[in-house]
Amino acid sequence: MPVSMIPLAITAYTASSAIGHGLAAQLHTLGRSSTGLRPNDFSSAPLACWIGRVDGVEDTELPTALAIWECRNNQLAWLGLNQDGFLARVHSARERYGASRIALLMGTSTASIGATEEAYRRLDADGGFADDMLRPAIHEPHSLAAFVSAALQLEGPCLTVSTACSSSAKVFANAERMIRLGLVDAAVVGGVDTLCDSVLFGFNSLELVSAEPCRPFDAERNGISIGEAAGFALLERIDAAPDAPRLLGYGEASDAYHMSTPHPDGVGAELALRDALQRAGLDASQVDYINLHGTASVKNDEVETGLVNRVFPSSTRASSTKGFTGHTLGAAGIIEATIALQAIEHGFIPGNLGGSTPDPACGAPFAWRNEQQRVDVAFSNSFGFGGNNVCLAFARAGFSA
Amino acid sequence: MTALHCYVEGIGLWSPQLANFEALRAVVAGETPAAPPPRPAATVLPANELRRAPESVLLAIEVAGQAVAMSGRPANTLASVFASAQGDQVITDYMCSTLTRTPTELSPTRFHNSVHNAAAGYWTIATECRAPSIAVCAQHYSFGAALLEAVSQILAEQRPMLLVCSDTKGSGPLLEVTGCKQPFGCALVLAPQASEASLARMVLTLSPAQPTTPLPAPLHEWRDSNPSAQALSLLALLARGQGRCQLHAAATLGLEIDMENVA
Repeated sequence: MPVSMIPLAITAYTASSAIGHGLAAQLHTLGRSSTGLRPNDFSSAPLACWIGRVDGVEDTELPTALAIWECRNNQLAWLGLNQDGFLARVHSARERYGASRIALLMGTSTASIGATEEAYRRLDADGGFADDMLRPAIHEPHSLAAFVSAALQLEGPCLTVSTACSSSAKVFANAERMIRLGLVDAAVVGGVDTLCDSVLFGFNSLELVSAEPCRPFDAERNGISIGEAAGFALLERIDAAPDAPRLLGYGEASDAYHMSTPHPDGVGAELALRDALQRAGLDASQVDYINLHGTASVKNDEVETGLVNRVFPSSTRASSTKGFTGHTLGAAGIIEATIALQAIEHGFIPGNLGGSTPDPACGAPFAWRNEQQRVDVAFSNSFGFGGNNVCLAFARAGFSA
Repeated sequence: MTALHCYVEGIGLWSPQLANFEALRAVVAGETPAAPPPRPAATVLPANELRRAPESVLLAIEVAGQAVAMSGRPANTLASVFASAQGDQVITDYMCSTLTRTPTELSPTRFHNSVHNAAAGYWTIATECRAPSIAVCAQHYSFGAALLEAVSQILAEQRPMLLVCSDTKGSGPLLEVTGCKQPFGCALVLAPQASEASLARMVLTLSPAQPTTPLPAPLHEWRDSNPSAQALSLLALLARGQGRCQLHAAATLGLEIDMENVA
């Protein structure tokens, strides 16, 4: 029986992915139903697949004082932090609360492993890292959080959460607990993952990568398209911003089934969803929109379809947005949280791009095309390898269950 | 600053010199305990998983199993925090080497074992535990940061937790940057209330970062040889039965810990 929680205000948020830098670009591309996926032009050896690559990452320059952190993942993090006035909002919170009273909780699956791959591609004659790669901090899984902490000049709790594809959804739960206990007054949450050979060839080895743009919940779906993204949110108590959208609940559970395959009956996913409903004090019929994990892998979508059909009435609208962004792995949680927040803010439900021949198992809640309707409550599902399941619940300010 | 209280109910420990927590108590008492076999037994894992699991997972599961057995709690009732500063360095070395030469021949098993939450995954599968689990890191501050995360879950959710912190030895060119000279793993079962299983009461206070508490030989060499071994500052208090130590929870954030024996 989960303990209840305190709703938190989401006083700033931002997202950058293959469908654009910042929230306006994201909403615009979702509205046009156009994909951000392109044929793979990234991996160091050929691999026939489509990817969600963010434009301009290579050209992003870090401030001189942060130059030691340079690598693709931190460049994307910096690009993301500079959208939607996010840096200024964090600066203002730091002025109000103090640097040690803000937690930094970052989700990432592979952090800057791409830099370690590069170091291995050009080892020096002695078989060691080249001089410019002898930067221990970028070869650690904490690279992203340590960089963002330096960039935002925060001095509170600083933690990397790395639970594969649920990473940057988990951080909302960490933040709520720390704020509820009074350990901090605010939290910067989010996540960044970048394209790298490890994930492209890794998911390829598991035969989970499609040769075409991914087709979530399509009858003919045949695998994922990998993407990259950066997203962040600032969480504070609601008295600091009574009109801001809210984190109303979250749920977390383990499948206890298999390292790389979801439980066939979606046991852990359903536990997480019901935990989120209970914490938020909601009935499933009050959920207006749910952004699904919907990776376009045969198994994930089959299990999640069963979950949607079991739990939600037809009035709940459901879609995956991975046909737009690709599967951004450890960043998927925060990117899809921002889409859920935009659904509330703009009364906009993104259609499930890529599902041109819907899987007949998908029931009435599935939104195959864009829809306009008021959204008071929006959920987001994120599931990771190791059977790690998270569900987040967001609501409009002033909504009461 | 608020003081955070919780109770230690179980302790697990494994390194090339220390087979378990009893061995650390012996070292603190000036004795030299027998070294464990070279590979952690990790008997919680079924035989087929024991074959597939990498060394990083065996190490984490070994110490988790020890701590949970000492606590007497059913493993599947515990939510968990699994921390590792570097993740599986042998697999990272393997993957980066293979990607350089023959990327399309990458092993699918080693890829899915490369996720930072691999040990958490194997643990929840082996113990049929559906409670939440999280995998975290924070450089050299991984143990302190993970302890803070575990205690925040214990107090916010009023539930007992399993905390595991472990790192294997570095491998290949990566060793030069990770500096992990030997494996080290530890685990604690922590609870919000006193019970018959309580071994010690712990009070944690957040503070500006202070220098880490000095340790006598050989503990301080062990602490310097692996980032997870930062936990030795706290484990030494448990071995002595009481005392105070200072850990880092982040680069600029300290964690002051007061330990009191209640067993």
